[in-house]
Amino acid sequence: MQKNILLTIKNKIKGFHITRSVFAYPYILFLMFFVIIPLALILVNAFLAEGKITFQNFIDLSKDGASLKVLGHSFLVGVVTTGLCLIIGYPVAYILAKMPSGGVLVILFILPMWVNFLIRTLATRAIFQAMGVSLGEGTVIFGMVYNYLPFMILPLHTTLSNIDKSYSEAASDLGADPVTVFLKTTLPLSIPGIISGVIMVFIPTISTFAISQLLGGVFLFGDSINDKFNHGLYGVGSVMSLVMLVFVLLSNILLKRFNKGEAKSSVW
Amino acid sequence: MVKKVFPKIYLIIILALLYAPIIFVVIFSFSNTTNFTFPRGFSLEGYRAIFTSSHAEKLVDSLKNTVIIALISSFASTIIGSVSAVGIFYMKPKSKATIENVNQLPIVNSEIVMAVSLMLFFTTFSFPTGWLRIILGHITFCTPYVILSVMPRLMQMDSNIYEAALDLGASPIKALVKVILPIIFPGILSGSAIAFTLSIDDFIITQINKGAATGIDTLSTYLYSSTRSASGFEPFWYPLFTIIIILVITIVLLVNLNKFKGKGKKKEEEV
Repeated sequence: MQKNILLTIKNKIKGFHITRSVFAYPYILFLMFFVIIPLALILVNAFLAEGKITFQNFIDLSKDGASLKVLGHSFLVGVVTTGLCLIIGYPVAYILAKMPSGGVLVILFILPMWVNFLIRTLATRAIFQAMGVSLGEGTVIFGMVYNYLPFMILPLHTTLSNIDKSYSEAASDLGADPVTVFLKTTLPLSIPGIISGVIMVFIPTISTFAISQLLGGVFLFGDSINDKFNHGLYGVGSVMSLVMLVFVLLSNILLKRFNKGEAKSSVW
Repeated sequence: MVKKVFPKIYLIIILALLYAPIIFVVIFSFSNTTNFTFPRGFSLEGYRAIFTSSHAEKLVDSLKNTVIIALISSFASTIIGSVSAVGIFYMKPKSKATIENVNQLPIVNSEIVMAVSLMLFFTTFSFPTGWLRIILGHITFCTPYVILSVMPRLMQMDSNIYEAALDLGASPIKALVKVILPIIFPGILSGSAIAFTLSIDDFIITQINKGAATGIDTLSTYLYSSTRSASGFEPFWYPLFTIIIILVITIVLLVNLNKFKGKGKKKEEEV
């Protein structure tokens, strides 16, 4: 009798098919704890003031002129930096895509990115100081472009080198001059790369921490979030983080819509 | 002719700008100053100062912390990432897509928001300050990259091999270790390299989660605090930067060259 039971148990254990998806369960828990709950806490804290659920933090932020100014200023710096990166980076990506060895050469443009950004920022600052350039708005933007240019070049290069050459060949066969060929075929076909590049530069620029302080004593949104939390203003800090988070999520939805997973580019 | 030369000149100018700060650091690491001049000519004094200056103890200490944190968190995230990549790969499409989306969050999220959200989480549930918070934070942002580097290997794998191992009498665990593991191993290796580099490189997550009172500093947080200290920026930093720059560039080049070799081989096989 007992043997019988043991046998059935044994059979049951054997019959229990370990689906391999079981291996993901610990990580699902991990993601739950260290990604989802922390982000949910930001949401909760944004609506929490003096132990009550209110919009007080939002109202506080909307009255906080200094923070709004920082937000507006970050936006401006972000737009200028992104624009400059696009203007400088597009030709680089375009030339590299046309070169046979472009796939290897692009690594040279990405390489500096792997050196810690504090090191590069401090080096840039030292160059400015050695040249006698006074630190300020201009140096901040230069530092940002310098820091984030690789993020623009990489997705643009991926998209541009995947464009089927026959489009532009057909256009020039049909009599279009090089400028028209570029404007009517290459440029429209590279829009997914432009969008990823713009997002990959804009988001980190506005939320950057420390770069702008080191390069010109300018406070941007990322510094401002850190500052609020440092001063124990968790509510307002959370609202500001929430604003940033919405930016990130919206831009990713946009990215997905345009890329449909094909132009996924990573540094590695 | 002019048309062909112009693009190359443009590339060279941009490259020169991108590398200028790095090259300047390397050159002036031999001047033992912090302001990019050579007042006393060539000297190795700065390099010696890494070990002999009054800050040497703190410096070596933060270097040690950086490496310990990177080793622990890259090891942990490599294990977690590789195992769960297998799990995620065999999930039902719908739940697979959901997990993959959540897995993207730490990658796409702005670092400051992630750092602050972790800080809120740790304080809300009163995690002990210091090491635990830093290492958990590092594992959180490293693991997604390990998964992303193991996944493509799994997708290239012929699923019949695993079934064949089971048919031939291997237990699921044995089949996993003997069949799947060797196939995804290159992905695990590059994943761990990415995790290690990211952890060493991290500044924001550590800075915000280390807790001011614990006194734990990694190289980057110590560097940041020394740029803001009244005593000023010490000359030993440029020699140290130089060592880091050379290390980082060598590692990244090696990994990338390896990748290109791998691609070349695959192409040869296809032919």
